[in-house]
Amino acid sequence: MTDVLDAPATTPLGQPIKRTEDPRFITGEGRYLDDIKLQSMTHLAILRSPYAHANIRSIDTSAAKSMPGVHAVFVGADIPYNPLPMAWPAGGSAGITNNINTPRVLATDSVKWTGEGVAAVVAETPEQALDALEAIDVDWEPLPAVVDSEAAIKDGAPQLHENAPNNIVFEWSVGDKDGTAAAIEGAEVVVTQRLVNQRLIPNPMETRGDIGWYNPGTDEYTVWMSSQTPHIQRLLLAAFVTGIPEHKIRCISPDVGGAFGTKIFTYADMPLVMFASKAIGGRPVKWVEGRRENYQSTIHGRDHITYVEIAGKRDGEVTGVRVKTYANLGGRLSTIGPGIPTTLYARVLSGCYKIPNVYAEVTGVYTNTVFVDAYRGAGRPEATYVIERAMDLFAAEIGMDRAEVRRRNFIPKDQFPYENPSGLGTASGGAKIYIDSGDYEPAMDKALGMVDYAALAAQKADARDRGKLLGVGLSTYIEVCGVAPSKWIGAVGEGWGAAMWESANIRVHLTGKVVVTVGTQPQGQGHETTYAQVVAAELGVPMEDVIVQHSDTLGTPFGYGSYGSRTSSVGMTAAIKAADKIKDKARRYAAHMLEASPDDIEIDGAEYRVKGSPDRKKTFQEIAFALDLAFDAPEGMEPYLDETAYYDTPNCTWPFGTHIATVEIDEETGVVDLVRYVAVDDVGNKINPMIVDGQLHGGIAQGVGQALWEGAVYSDDGQLLTGSMMDYVLPRAAMLPNFELDQTVTPSPVNPLGVKGVGEAGAIASTAAVANAVVDALSAYGIRHLDMPYTPQKLWSAIQSAKGGQA
Amino acid sequence: MIPAAFDYRRATSIDDALAALAGGDAKVIAGGMSLLPLMKLRLAQPSMLIDIGRLEELKGSRATADGGWEVGALTTYTEALEATELDFTRECILGIGDVQVRNRGTVGGSISHADPASDLPALLLALDYSAVLRSTRGDRTVPLDGFFEGAFQTGIAPDEILVKLVRGPLAASAKGSYLKMAHPASGYSIVGVCAVVASSGGAVSHARIGITGVGEVAYRAKAVESALLGSDGSPSAVAAAAAHAADGQTVNSDIYADRDYRSKMAEVYTRRAIDAALGR
Repeated sequence: MTDVLDAPATTPLGQPIKRTEDPRFITGEGRYLDDIKLQSMTHLAILRSPYAHANIRSIDTSAAKSMPGVHAVFVGADIPYNPLPMAWPAGGSAGITNNINTPRVLATDSVKWTGEGVAAVVAETPEQALDALEAIDVDWEPLPAVVDSEAAIKDGAPQLHENAPNNIVFEWSVGDKDGTAAAIEGAEVVVTQRLVNQRLIPNPMETRGDIGWYNPGTDEYTVWMSSQTPHIQRLLLAAFVTGIPEHKIRCISPDVGGAFGTKIFTYADMPLVMFASKAIGGRPVKWVEGRRENYQSTIHGRDHITYVEIAGKRDGEVTGVRVKTYANLGGRLSTIGPGIPTTLYARVLSGCYKIPNVYAEVTGVYTNTVFVDAYRGAGRPEATYVIERAMDLFAAEIGMDRAEVRRRNFIPKDQFPYENPSGLGTASGGAKIYIDSGDYEPAMDKALGMVDYAALAAQKADARDRGKLLGVGLSTYIEVCGVAPSKWIGAVGEGWGAAMWESANIRVHLTGKVVVTVGTQPQGQGHETTYAQVVAAELGVPMEDVIVQHSDTLGTPFGYGSYGSRTSSVGMTAAIKAADKIKDKARRYAAHMLEASPDDIEIDGAEYRVKGSPDRKKTFQEIAFALDLAFDAPEGMEPYLDETAYYDTPNCTWPFGTHIATVEIDEETGVVDLVRYVAVDDVGNKINPMIVDGQLHGGIAQGVGQALWEGAVYSDDGQLLTGSMMDYVLPRAAMLPNFELDQTVTPSPVNPLGVKGVGEAGAIASTAAVANAVVDALSAYGIRHLDMPYTPQKLWSAIQSAKGGQA
Repeated sequence: MIPAAFDYRRATSIDDALAALAGGDAKVIAGGMSLLPLMKLRLAQPSMLIDIGRLEELKGSRATADGGWEVGALTTYTEALEATELDFTRECILGIGDVQVRNRGTVGGSISHADPASDLPALLLALDYSAVLRSTRGDRTVPLDGFFEGAFQTGIAPDEILVKLVRGPLAASAKGSYLKMAHPASGYSIVGVCAVVASSGGAVSHARIGITGVGEVAYRAKAVESALLGSDGSPSAVAAAAAHAADGQTVNSDIYADRDYRSKMAEVYTRRAIDAALGR
């Protein structure tokens, strides 16, 4: 754990400085969506389907319209907007058919999941809006539902969409099919396993919400939204949904209380509040999502069923991996739903291993469930889970130690850049990307040392004496972060319909204070601190002289937002490039002030000195003052220090590391206790080690949550049985041990900071580590696999079965 | 998460509350930790709430003249925790909700609400508590054994308010323990067991086993008690007795713990609770 500083020592870069935004968050002074109260604001509530699959015969809103305080009641047919956009079909148009169905603002003819919106009330108060919802009468025609992806593609399953026979969204593949088949057929050892990566409900602390305001005077819309991507939302709402010109829409994300990916997307409520505000004459319309509503109207994560085959030699060499994955994408598609189980999953399926033959088929499936999209890690936790479980299964099969099998198959550190066979380099029509750096053994060895792996047998024996089954699990993960080069992700073969660069503007005011505006969008990561650390270090000014502004399409340069662990590597590189431009202009002006050549000016922090004459110098603040007044600007030089830079990364970044979980299982009850958690992560250089630790802590907790507790459960008829925090088990501090963190440092070669990103690493690594630990513990009973989450009953039942049914 | 509209009346005395209660579709509210969530979900829509939360006469716990103990219905979990000298009562209360819930929630509210997975009913059953119920007709004292008639159903008549819970003196040299397997999300008991036992001359002379979370209501596991009474309290005797933990119960089943598993855990936790009470 890192020590924490109140203020920087010398340079702020790399220092564990307390987050400058925290005082307002901790003291209740943050300004989240629901804190915004506008003059004459009204309130909207959404009537949601009680059925998972049903036709809407008719909707009678007459009683609701006459309820006290009600301004308007809308149904789908009232709203002329298009369905929501599909921004990332699988494989783009490169020979892959995507049978696309996205939600409408309100459903018109039928509903495809419990919770799909069918009508909306705008009223004077939230209470009146909710009361009026109860007066809306929908004549439903319930239809058979299907919630499981394998069941949905079977003959005779309920059909959700006319354009998607057998409920198939797409069938996509990557890798060398024939080569992998040959490798598996000729292998000494092949292990096969069905793996379920269960559906998760992301649960940011702040639910979503929007306020729409139509200004009749200017014919412009302002939309406050709890979003990770205000710029993208303005673009998508304008170009695809509403038809309102982009420059007539302003999107603002206030403080955002967590997101984990759920707030990347375009949701039906966004255009709904825009439409509603105009419809009632321009009064602002607020919608705030309730927690139970969040479980049914905001995306879920994961939900894969995978068949994996891993093949190799008895000496430990893995020669081939083949997977078939059914990805449950819900009743309709979320904004980038298909991109997650394809590009972000299968293309990194071989992890940190040099596996010569890899082939993956992915089938996207519609079911009568909430739509699935990117959730912390987004495809990469699923890939890590598959390969890390498969490595353990393979090791168990050949009787070799799990760490040694990993060591045997790591990509050697002298083989970077490495083009993996699961498709990073096979994008059609676009640029290839590579795993550019890595050194996997030191991280694993450090973690093994921390848990005294050599003494594992003794630890197990000791636990057994106490009636406990002890298990240790490894996850030697790799992550693709810092997404992404536009020419790769935007290429036809990947299908993401946009670029992925970032932007930053720096202005230095007359008083020397620095205003940084950025296109990324924090959700609790501490960007106001870390951007300030980077810019302050670049310009040589005190951190407290730098303010970082974001989140408003008015006044910040366009950016693609924060997700995919990209802000530090892509966004902050843009800030450095902007700072470079500022320094270049300051150097030229300093040369003018000091009557020297710009080439003779050397910069030391905030001092601009003439080489060889250290007394002839100007401070950055003096230069900013003079250049802002511009009384004495040289010919051709514009006043003011104001520079914008855009940055498109040449490659993604590749964090890696080894996480090791130790669990104990009470044999008599099946209760699992996570007794120890060790993580050695290589995220490159760190801007703020304290924030890195915090990101790892949160990510590890979420990943552990999936292994031990979390899981969305639907009844067969599509009711969400884990519909609240009373049923859906989230990890809590008291359920977790202290995390023991350590590091190796392999700077990323693709950005000047050498950073890689850390927002998702913990969640990507930890699920597999805990799963492997639980299975290791159960191996005492010959159990080689069990699907998550590891509830006491599931483990108890597995142990009973292994004992031959004897309790 | 906004309740339907309701009328609200703050009672100025118990008599005032009883008079209001006679008026029809009203619910009595104390700490509100159980009722308010149901109302916010609109699963409960009482037309009126009678708030007894400020009636000082219903607060506090104290020793009684006969060496027993009484707990006012409005005593919060936290106040009960601070007042008790029984370590297993402390264990039980500390497993209920969180600090905020324990600061608001009341003993009487929990017993009146009769959630089949609440912890207090098991504790108070094992301690032989009775409920004192008041109406305009007067007071009556009803043993908790038999008081819980079904999930969220008690022997409280529509015109009655629970005013306090009382018990006689503990059995000589009685010791107890409270053990629970909590649902990791809700904190409610999948299985919660309170064991109060005493031994005399090498034999178990007193046994009360209260179990919650397992059946339709919290109950005394009388088959366990009778198997234990007079036995030598050895591990094997305790294990044999604990095997009856779910006897006669329609055992609950849900997505977290099905009937077979819950029955088995009732046995395991009963055995462990008795062992712990016996000092093992």
